[in-house]
Amino acid sequence: MQQIASNLSVLMQAPIFNLGLLIDGVLIGAIFALAGYGLALVWGVMNVKNLAQGDFIMIGGYLTWLLGKHGIHPLFGVPVAFVVLWGIGNLIYRTVICKVISRDLFTSLLATFGIAIVIQQGLNLAFGPDTQTADAQLPTWDLANGLITVTTTRLIGFGLAAVLALAVILFMKGSRMGQAIRATAQDARAARVLGIDTEKVYAFTFSLNAAICGAAGALVAMVWNVQPFMGTTYSIRLFVVVTAAGFGNLPGVIAAGFGMGVFEQFGGFIFGAQFQQALIVVMLLLVLATRQLQQRRLRQAVQ
Amino acid sequence: MLNAARCATTIVATLIVAVAPYTSRAEACEDLVLGAALSTTGIYASNGNNTKNGYEFAVKKINDGGGVKIGDHCYHFKIIYYDDESTPARAAQLIERLIDQDKVKFVLGPYSSPMTKAVLPVTEKYKTPVVQAEAASRSLFTQGYKYHFGTIATSEKYLAPVIDMAAEHAKTAGKDASGVKVAMIYQDDPFSLDVRQGVLDEIKKYKMRAVIDDRMPKDLNDITAFLTKVKALKPDVLLISGHEKGAVTAARQMGEHKIDVPLVGVTHCESAKLIADFPQVAEGFVCPTQWAESMKSAGPLFGSSSDYDKAIKAAYPEYKVVPYQTSSASAAILVWRDALERAQSLDPEKVRDALTKTDLETFWGHIKFAADGSNPSKDMVMRQIQGDKYKVIWPTKLAAATLIYPRDAHY
Repeated sequence: MQQIASNLSVLMQAPIFNLGLLIDGVLIGAIFALAGYGLALVWGVMNVKNLAQGDFIMIGGYLTWLLGKHGIHPLFGVPVAFVVLWGIGNLIYRTVICKVISRDLFTSLLATFGIAIVIQQGLNLAFGPDTQTADAQLPTWDLANGLITVTTTRLIGFGLAAVLALAVILFMKGSRMGQAIRATAQDARAARVLGIDTEKVYAFTFSLNAAICGAAGALVAMVWNVQPFMGTTYSIRLFVVVTAAGFGNLPGVIAAGFGMGVFEQFGGFIFGAQFQQALIVVMLLLVLATRQLQQRRLRQAVQ
Repeated sequence: MLNAARCATTIVATLIVAVAPYTSRAEACEDLVLGAALSTTGIYASNGNNTKNGYEFAVKKINDGGGVKIGDHCYHFKIIYYDDESTPARAAQLIERLIDQDKVKFVLGPYSSPMTKAVLPVTEKYKTPVVQAEAASRSLFTQGYKYHFGTIATSEKYLAPVIDMAAEHAKTAGKDASGVKVAMIYQDDPFSLDVRQGVLDEIKKYKMRAVIDDRMPKDLNDITAFLTKVKALKPDVLLISGHEKGAVTAARQMGEHKIDVPLVGVTHCESAKLIADFPQVAEGFVCPTQWAESMKSAGPLFGSSSDYDKAIKAAYPEYKVVPYQTSSASAAILVWRDALERAQSLDPEKVRDALTKTDLETFWGHIKFAADGSNPSKDMVMRQIQGDKYKVIWPTKLAAATLIYPRDAHY
């Protein structure tokens, strides 16, 4: 209690740290937003809740680390992971997801959970259980006499996340495939009647999601670190992001991603690192409870 | 054709005669099975593997040297391993399976305190003795367990010496130790929280102030918020204990945020490979270890600690610095051999009684168990990373270098 009060007083007396936390939060929030966007896409279009989302991120991270180990700058990990994960996503769709897509919710949950375990153990076998990090060797910028530090990797991460997100949004709006994806999301049967090859749309969507995760993973390896079994934490965070925003609400997903980044930083500062992630789950509960109340009012109005 | 056949028969016969004495000697040694649940997957997999290497190295050495002699029989150690998936409940199940189905009568410890905590109620139930060298939580020794023997220094000793160093430094600088500010973060598990308790006791002793006292969940890989607080409050001492992942995360992010604290204590530096991966940031970190190759201790089988160091590096060339988790695992096998040979029996009760009377000099230090199963004479060795090398700086009688204060971090 005393520590919480003293942490709060630090923020009051030296407001510059608020800015520092905000910057950190926004910069890492971009990564959550990016991967959350992919999850929302698969969820909305295919109604598959992908529990292996965080593990796709880990594969991307390990690819980047591997490149770094062979003397290639980890920044190249972003396009490489994007392409490789596209292939992996496509393969997983053709072998597993296409068989479960028409089944009920639990089948797809179990299937993706199984994929998550296979990926975790595969990474463990291939690279060992150590915590790895890809060092981009980029400078750190000091602001306000070194009280705020902004790392170039995080800035680049933010920039890449923004560019990717923008590209995906434009693609969804403008291209034929984007239109087909949106049509399939609205009503798959109607889309089929009108001649859209929904099978192709699903394969594309799942691959795109995996590719986005791969790029996000490359950023994770540069900004934090990767470990074969750490994917689950990311899956949980992303589910919180998408659930809080409401799937189908893509701008909401991006806002929630940023919100989560900022919330984690402030929560960790004020309440201590032990509550950093617990607070996120509390936030989810609050959002769900509020939604529930709103919807109850809606339902009563309909009766 | 016939000739060739006859020739072949002769060769085979000669071979049999030549090999016979060896095979009969090898056959005379029966297997003596030890059981272990170790993490090969999950967050403890890295040190689980280090532990396994230590076990295997000692087992091979003992078996090659004639095994364990009980009466006229000789026995070769054989270890059955299961993967506990870094999950305490799983470890407890597996130990039950080892004892109940595999009929293992002697158990080796898993890696880490949470696993061991889950395992001990099972071994007590079956009255099966356990020798473990990987779990340091103080709470393991306060439950009144009769069949549990732990060789390593308990966790409250891990980072407490750093506080002593800070106090000493304040005194030589002509300041009062009570003015020292400490910032610390610990993983949320029995081991790390015991490390915290030991530090808190020292802080109280010197009337210092803990300005930050955070805990990190085991799957957290971002401590930016904590480090921002460190920047804001400018402590004199920074302590981090979060196993291998905590050390990597801390080194990584301290470098990014240019954290400039004069005295930094971190656990698990070796297994986190800080010198190899973060040479600049880790400069000046003070790391506790159970064992250092420059320690002046020696005993049977492995010789001195530097002999052991050379031998295991030859067997496992991937070790540039041997993690103490590996050397202590080897020492645990030595304890088993010693107790079994003194008991002259494979009866768990008799072996357990022999274990209570253990009084063994080893390359790893002195091992003599107290009534609670701990090894109180064991103290930590503190090393500071100075110019890409671990230099022993504490206790003073073993020290090969002096503490560099403030640490010379160059970002």
